Amino acid sequence: MRVTLTANRSKVLWSVVGWLVVFVFFFPVLWMWLEGLKTEPQAASSPPTILFVPTLAEFREVLSGDFPPFFINSAVASIGSTLLVLVLGLPAAYALAIRPVKRARDVLFFFISTRFLPFAASLIPLYLLARDLKLLDNIFALVIIYTTINLPLGVWLLRSFLLEIPNDLFEAARVDGAGFRHEVLRIVVPLIAPGLAATSLICLIFSWNEFFYAVNVTTSVAATAPVFLVSFISGRGLFYAKLAAAATLASLPVLLAGWIAQKQLIRGLTMGAVK
Amino acid sequence: MKTINETTLPSVVESGGVRESAASAARRDAWTRRLPLLPALIYVFLVTQIPFVLTIYYSFFSWNLLKPGSFRFAGLDNFAALLTNGSIRTAVANTVILTVCVITISVVLGLAVAMLLNSEVFGKGLMRTLMIAPFLIMPTAGALIWKDTLLNPLFGLLPYLLSPFGLGRLDWVNRFPMATVVAVEVWRWTPFMMLIILAGLQSQNPEILEAARVDGANALQSFRRITLPLVRPFIELGALLGSLFVVQTYDSIYFLTFGGPGEDTTNIPFLLYIVGPGGGYNIGQASTIGVVAVIITIIVATFALRTLFSIFRVEARR
Repeated sequence: MRVTLTANRSKVLWSVVGWLVVFVFFFPVLWMWLEGLKTEPQAASSPPTILFVPTLAEFREVLSGDFPPFFINSAVASIGSTLLVLVLGLPAAYALAIRPVKRARDVLFFFISTRFLPFAASLIPLYLLARDLKLLDNIFALVIIYTTINLPLGVWLLRSFLLEIPNDLFEAARVDGAGFRHEVLRIVVPLIAPGLAATSLICLIFSWNEFFYAVNVTTSVAATAPVFLVSFISGRGLFYAKLAAAATLASLPVLLAGWIAQKQLIRGLTMGAVK
Repeated sequence: MKTINETTLPSVVESGGVRESAASAARRDAWTRRLPLLPALIYVFLVTQIPFVLTIYYSFFSWNLLKPGSFRFAGLDNFAALLTNGSIRTAVANTVILTVCVITISVVLGLAVAMLLNSEVFGKGLMRTLMIAPFLIMPTAGALIWKDTLLNPLFGLLPYLLSPFGLGRLDWVNRFPMATVVAVEVWRWTPFMMLIILAGLQSQNPEILEAARVDGANALQSFRRITLPLVRPFIELGALLGSLFVVQTYDSIYFLTFGGPGEDTTNIPFLLYIVGPGGGYNIGQASTIGVVAVIITIIVATFALRTLFSIFRVEARR
């Protein structure tokens, strides 16, 4: 009786501590939402407005203004590059896991070493190349760059999922005389659907949130959502509510995707190392 | 590339011998294995290695895009200029300070939060869900929210909350620029560390901890002797991946301080931006900074982390 009492008390104590910590970390996100639901005078008041009647006016303002094209550019760059990663990455992962090439390990490490080459090391030539090919401020340049960023990660992840498919399945298919295409479409794709989801999620997160290349190779026509937020940096006017509404909308797709696929998130972030 | 040459030439050689046909079958097999790999490999090779080599190439040239016809071989001038110019030293120092602070603090906090979420608490799932939000929020959006709505000296929430302590109206971003950048990055990376370490903790067998408790081990002892050694690989993984990302921090600096005041928060990626596409258009100098960035990354990825981990190992052994 006494033991359960102290156990309960410690559970309550640690729960309170835990929730306080979580509140501190989550608070900026909550504050972003709240600020977005205020009117401009409420958002720029001193002391800060805590109690207010929420309004969607600023969200409407952002959505009816110049934000949608940036959002669409982000979607095109992220989804386009993610599809390219899957198309190029799945066969490569197959060649590194199911019927491995010679020195598969070296190839694998080559892939991942390119992911950690600093962006700074390739920005200048990519910038010049884009300029010479008239691809500056063209969404196609971002698709190419984001595919490059995410392909190594995609290959690693997909490989880690492919390795989990029992070998018997492939042997049975080969005995039946199935070709490569059949093998991939009938066995691999259905079995690694969770792997494809995890890979897509990670690619989407990294390309949706990417800013360094976006701000350097685009200006207006092909600029993405993170670049749109640049216009809020200078404190020309007091647009805090609009800023918060735009920040909320820009963050929404990745936040929702990450929340829905938490399990895949861990695996993706650690390149398949943590299951 | 060597492996491809080995097999392309002889496959056309016709001969009746059993050994030869076996060899050509082997070659054909090697090719069918290699074929699916090639598109991705060639793509990555073209888009990463060629620009990297070009960066090294440009670093030996003097070339300013604003001055047509300024392209000329400069030898090691760019590197010499970097050594004498204080900017790169400041940027290297800032990069190291930022990375070490962010990774150390977020690993410690991430470990603490992970242990909280792994213990008996109410609403674990929801806690984890809310906790990972800072990592998922667009970094540029997060930095804006911190700067304009939380830390703003006039209308921000934090100066208001701190005013009873005599800290009101303090302009955090300008008074403590590096600390602000570190704080915002820690806010973002702690959830990342927490997720990875939590996965490690959840692979732990609770019976072992229970056995240790029965044997009279106190909480600190079982943490040091059982939990820490178990999660150490996860901590290492988180710190390694995290530092490779944090070395490249750009978004939050651009939005919070724009490298300033002066050069107080200018790290290597930001310096490259300022010298290159961000206004200087000095391709030679910017490429030289890119080369330095690669060197720094390699150093961070090996030397500094090894030191960090040896500390963990010593701690664990005590």
